[in-house]
Amino acid sequence: MKRHISNRGSLPALILVALLLIGWQAAAMKVNAAYIIPSPTQILTRLWELRVPLFTVHLPATMLVTAVGLLISLLLGLTLAVVMDAFPLARKSLYPIIIASQTIPTTAIAPLFVLWFGYGIWSKVLVTVLITFFPIVITVYDGFQSAKTEMEELLRTYGATRIQIFCKLKIPTALPYFFSAIKMAIPMSIIGAAIGEWLGAQSGLGYFSRRMMTQLDGAGVFAPIVLLSAVAMLLVAVVALAERAVIRWRGEL
Amino acid sequence: MMLELRGVTYRYPSEDFDTLQNLSFSVKEGEFVSIIGVSGCGKSTIFRLINRLLSPGAGEILVGGHPVERQKQYCGYMPQRDLLFPWRTVGENLRLPLEIRGGLSRSEMRARVEGMLAEVGLPGCAGKYPGELSGGMRQRAAFGRTALTGSKLLLLDEPFSALDFLTRVSMQEWLLGQWQRHRQTVLFITHDVEEAIFLSGRILVVDSTPIRRLTEVPVPLPYPRERAMLSRPEIAALRERLLDSLRKQVKEG
Repeated sequence: MKRHISNRGSLPALILVALLLIGWQAAAMKVNAAYIIPSPTQILTRLWELRVPLFTVHLPATMLVTAVGLLISLLLGLTLAVVMDAFPLARKSLYPIIIASQTIPTTAIAPLFVLWFGYGIWSKVLVTVLITFFPIVITVYDGFQSAKTEMEELLRTYGATRIQIFCKLKIPTALPYFFSAIKMAIPMSIIGAAIGEWLGAQSGLGYFSRRMMTQLDGAGVFAPIVLLSAVAMLLVAVVALAERAVIRWRGEL
Repeated sequence: MMLELRGVTYRYPSEDFDTLQNLSFSVKEGEFVSIIGVSGCGKSTIFRLINRLLSPGAGEILVGGHPVERQKQYCGYMPQRDLLFPWRTVGENLRLPLEIRGGLSRSEMRARVEGMLAEVGLPGCAGKYPGELSGGMRQRAAFGRTALTGSKLLLLDEPFSALDFLTRVSMQEWLLGQWQRHRQTVLFITHDVEEAIFLSGRILVVDSTPIRRLTEVPVPLPYPRERAMLSRPEIAALRERLLDSLRKQVKEG
């Protein structure tokens, strides 16, 4: 039932996107200056022309940064969420720091990371982690906290230990939150990786886009960005599929 | 004696009066006893003390002759809402108390769950999710889960209050049938006078807060019971008397 509605709901959005693309195409053809505003067809053509370096060198480089960054964020984020849920003192001391860490303008201090870690993968991974770990911690922590007190009490009357309560109640309750966190974190980690590469790298889609900029190749700037968005959407869709397979009870709590 | 409270006093930390004050009462093995009182009178507090979600400020609670502090899984508690875990199938829900107690193999647990599902009239429902069951079926599943704690003492806290009238009536008859077959000791909280009369051998009336004593009212009806018995003149008089005492309390409150 829900799926039916959401399918229906995407049709107006598709029409709007099509209209915007047509408008863009028309405007770009009228301006006729591809280095300032390339048309969608020019971008797609360029994407096709650049497919070999984009897909064999730069996409894998960016995906590596994204994957490593996301993995570290997940490990760190889940650990912190569990610790904050289990120990009130940890929550009191960590929560404000985690919130405050979000006020740091990551992109502005990212050049420092290049100074510290060089042009290799780790300066980009750090940018990615700084951007993604926050939504993961907060969302998953909220998930743990949303476990129903009455259910916890019921388990306690069965004689459940804290670990049993955690495994049998808190984890299942937090699972939908966990999937939301991942779906949020994937695009953010890709953005993080691209920003990192933009600031200094030898490969990656962010780096490639910037190189095209210096060559006044408008379509070449856009092509890797289109690729990044497509990959992000694809990954989110895969996670959404996994979510649907695992969680059948959403909205019933 | 199955259950015995000796001079139990309890005060919620946030309040400046005792909810229970030097309360003593006892329930014999195999009895079906109801506690009635207006909402907010503290009857649920009595349950929360017995199942150790709360600890008394003074006094002793004994189950089977031993203090509850040194026992595990001595009572099966069934709260007002069924609290079936939506991410577990009905069978997995019933398995919860067995999982928590531990010491049973998977096939033993499955056998017990299957047996209990047949017992509560839900054969073949093991693989269904709670969301697929009706209100009455959910309550029966929750009762089965409570019974699988293996405790001789069942604490049922207004289990049928959320059901529609017809379902409630049939669930009352069903519960009575269950009890007549297994003769567990049942302590049943309700604010429905008719329900209390129909089910219990004696009724304990909460007639003031703080609860210092429970007024004992025996129900002059034999088991097995039929609903038609409720229209006997002495039962009608009993119902009026109980209703009066509750009504007076509402006014005073």
